[in-house]
Amino acid sequence: MSDIILKTEGLTKHYGGVHALESVDFELRTGEHVAIMGDNGAGKSTFVRQITGVEQRTRGRIVFQGEDVNFKGPLDAREAGIETVFQNLALADDLDVPSNLFLGREKILVKLGPFSILDFKGMRAATDAALKRTAVKIPNLGNPIRNMSGGQRQCVAIARTATFASKLIIMDEPTAALGVQETRQVENIIRQLKANGEPMILISHNMRQVFDLVDRIVVFRRGRIVANLNKSETSGEDVVSYITGAKTGAEYAGAA
Amino acid sequence: MTDASAVMGQMDKPRRKPWPAELNALIGLVVIMAIFEIVGWSLVGQSFLMNKLRLSIMITQVAVVGILAVGVTQVIISGGIDLSGGSIIGASAMIAMSFAQVGTNPRAIFAAQGLVDLPILFPILVGLSVALIGGLINGALIAYVKLPPFIATLGMMVSARGVALWYTKGQPISFPTNEFMALGDGLMPVWIFIGVAALFSLIMKYTVYGKHTYAIGSNEASARMSGINVERHLMLVYVIAALLAGLAGLVLTARAQTAQPVFGTMNELDAIAMAVIGGVSLSGGRGSILGTALGMLIFGVIFSGFIFLSVDAYYQNMVKGAIIVGAVALDQWRQKRQAMEA
Repeated sequence: MSDIILKTEGLTKHYGGVHALESVDFELRTGEHVAIMGDNGAGKSTFVRQITGVEQRTRGRIVFQGEDVNFKGPLDAREAGIETVFQNLALADDLDVPSNLFLGREKILVKLGPFSILDFKGMRAATDAALKRTAVKIPNLGNPIRNMSGGQRQCVAIARTATFASKLIIMDEPTAALGVQETRQVENIIRQLKANGEPMILISHNMRQVFDLVDRIVVFRRGRIVANLNKSETSGEDVVSYITGAKTGAEYAGAA
Repeated sequence: MTDASAVMGQMDKPRRKPWPAELNALIGLVVIMAIFEIVGWSLVGQSFLMNKLRLSIMITQVAVVGILAVGVTQVIISGGIDLSGGSIIGASAMIAMSFAQVGTNPRAIFAAQGLVDLPILFPILVGLSVALIGGLINGALIAYVKLPPFIATLGMMVSARGVALWYTKGQPISFPTNEFMALGDGLMPVWIFIGVAALFSLIMKYTVYGKHTYAIGSNEASARMSGINVERHLMLVYVIAALLAGLAGLVLTARAQTAQPVFGTMNELDAIAMAVIGGVSLSGGRGSILGTALGMLIFGVIFSGFIFLSVDAYYQNMVKGAIIVGAVALDQWRQKRQAMEA
């Protein structure tokens, strides 16, 4: 089973008395794109926050690349190769594209502690490569992000995940705030990542998008997984009935 | 992926490169100089600019505050503010001077201990250490206790002034060694300013330190999410600001050949004003040392020009206030316009 890149067993998160996540068993294989769907408050974002170390889980195991992991913070997760595109982008508006891609992980020309000299050429070249790999086109890489459209900013955020040798990409509603064309552009990037064989977890409310992009759909309801569906064996109506609670997957009968 | 390119292609509205704020400051400087030049010829009958002595007095006067302003600039770029610089100038000037006195002066502070005629390095290290303590406290209060920079440095402004006054119960300290006086002699303050400004200009542009300072000022939360140790970085920012204030204190007291507890009073506001006039945004993330240097020159030209035209000194502060408010208003207007364009 070495092709399983991420696995959770009995992953549980309680906020005081609120059971936000209850015994979640989840698997992701190499090269697989999985969508997580569910109503607001179903536990999707909580699930992601446990995996990426933003929060500490109450119980359960997380196995990443065959090893038990305990990320103390988002940086640990990132260093292990889990890149996340958060809803709130995490970009510095006044910096240009290469600076944003390499923020906190700058390429260094001369090492002098905090006054280390930056390798602008190296970062620029790596930026060009990353943008090419994700098929993102941005004019004037030297301009501050502030002057870019929402879609371009989102593309920069996504390209950032692709700049580094990431082993798992997580996107939390990457197109929620975008227009039609910008959404298409982000979806194309996701297809490109799929073609590159990079595994991904996509959180989305957009049924059309999910059916367009992923291999498998996992539905959360009230902190539990209630369905694990192959895209080819299900339909939009089916998924909706799992989300709303009209149906529960046979293997999760006890869950909700 | 021709499809994606096509979609992108439609969206590639070419955007103009933003107009650099430094250019505004430069234009302002040239216009102000031109006005004084014209008024000079018509009212005083001589050139304002073609006077070496006037120019050298002008620039040495602002250079000391300019050193302070370099430190303040990087604080403002990091999204903070530092009000303590002027008082740190006072405290470090007083304490450093007490270790720079000549032995022939029987009333030297440390005459009894034999701490007179010390090598120049001694008072310099003492002055910088005083500043370092101030900077460490500022940084710790802001980065770790999470006080707003305005409050933390306001406290330091009051306390450091207290130290300067307490040290000799308000008495000035005089008669430094010739060696120490050289630090403020002639154009030395200007050379020191140029060295400091050039060094920090390079640091802000080409090093990780500069990049992270802009990033934190631009969006602290995302800087943190990107893995920058924001606390440690802010600590360093405030320590550097204080050290530069300490250096300004040393130069000022060497130039005056005496140390007074009131040295540096209001200099922090002048430094902030120089930065703002030079296009450093008070909301953080934008600006440059070059801009601040231009802001400093604008300050210098205006006050030198007032003296040249024999304008009453009382008007200077009124004008200074108006300039500061005008510069911030301009900054806000620019930001609003940019936000609308984007």
